[in-house]
Amino acid sequence: MADATMTLSADTASGASGAVDLRAQYVESGVKEVLDELDRELIGLKPVKQRIRETAALLLVERARRSLGLAHETPTLHMSFSGNPGTGKTTVALRMANLLHRLGYIRKGHLVSVTRDDLVGQYIGHTAPKTKEILKKAMGGVLFIDEAYYLHRQENERDYGQEAIEILLQVMENQRDDLVVILAGYGDRMDKFFESNPGFRSRIAHHIDFPDYSSDELLRIAETMLTRQNYNFDEPGRTIMADYIEHRRRQPHFANARSIRNALDRARLRHANRLFEASNGPTDSTALSTITAEDIRGSRVFARSTGKEKVP
Amino acid sequence: MRITQGAFSFLPDLTDDQITRQVQYCIDNGWAVSLEFTDDPHPRNTYWDMWAHPMFDNPDAAALMMELRECRKVYGDRYIRLVAFDNSHGWESVKLSFLVNRPAEEPGFHLARQEGEGRVVRYTTSAYATDRPAGQRYG
Repeated sequence: MADATMTLSADTASGASGAVDLRAQYVESGVKEVLDELDRELIGLKPVKQRIRETAALLLVERARRSLGLAHETPTLHMSFSGNPGTGKTTVALRMANLLHRLGYIRKGHLVSVTRDDLVGQYIGHTAPKTKEILKKAMGGVLFIDEAYYLHRQENERDYGQEAIEILLQVMENQRDDLVVILAGYGDRMDKFFESNPGFRSRIAHHIDFPDYSSDELLRIAETMLTRQNYNFDEPGRTIMADYIEHRRRQPHFANARSIRNALDRARLRHANRLFEASNGPTDSTALSTITAEDIRGSRVFARSTGKEKVP
Repeated sequence: MRITQGAFSFLPDLTDDQITRQVQYCIDNGWAVSLEFTDDPHPRNTYWDMWAHPMFDNPDAAALMMELRECRKVYGDRYIRLVAFDNSHGWESVKLSFLVNRPAEEPGFHLARQEGEGRVVRYTTSAYATDRPAGQRYG
């Protein structure tokens, strides 16, 4: 680092300060803040955080190089997030938009989240204006395409999705300064999508895999979600929630944190019902905000799993 | 003859970079920006053809610049102007408008004098370009 600074200052004879304090820039640009927030507020996702940290470092260095006239091209920032449902892809995309904005790679830092329906039209000539409309809305920010593989329908050659893909690729290539595209979806289907659209693979620099949460992490997520809504578990409630997670993840259509959120919503429903039916006289705030074992045990997840054990 | 219509028209033509910054100013003020084009430059010709839709919800000027590039590809031989419309109550009108493209050659206007009763003379102007049918003016 010291050597590099020396040679740099020798090269830039124009009088501009030839050294960059990366550490200071890291703090000043607010990148540190975003990364710390990411660490604090998102549970688990170790490899993702690691990748984001690395990407941030790369971009910071790139920016420093640019300020010294060593780099001119905007680096390719398009990304792909692959992982199972409910693993935090959208949340991380939002943080990523913020991060890129702080680093000055995008001008506005907003996130436009779309799916196939928003890009692809219903009839001939409908797709191009629709896709362009979305692209224009996303300019200066990040375009997040959820379940991107639906854009490509292998079984139908004349599907309008292909048209949307072509426009996307063109803008991704020609207007790299104006917007960043993040594609997201389940891992295996994304791989297949990239195989049939090599244009995308080559234009995307960062592939980030989102792992499933462990049961332990899911329990912590459940607790954070409740705290945010001013609820909490009592001790038996907590134990049975852990039990619930174990059961739920073995069932089909398990969507990680999203399943947890739905389960909590239903638990709150049962909680409200229980209070309402048992109420005679005043109810205190502890009762109003404590989710007990009873509220969670009412879930059909338990009903089904005991039933299944009887059948075979 | 160089047409002077709208803002900045006595300045040298704005570069794309300058246009971008003007557009960003408009957007930051909450005005809807759009593009209009014509091949009839008469000052009383207020209603130009609109290119695509007005852009109400694009936070960044790059979106308009993309449309401008497209528009120049198709109508690069005509006048194109940017229109910034303020839809806030009480205004509901254009706040800023300036030319962003002009034909390579601008033949200018013909001044016709009509002699009326007595010694009255009526004046009218018409663009040389409009002698030809729409779509075939300017090369």
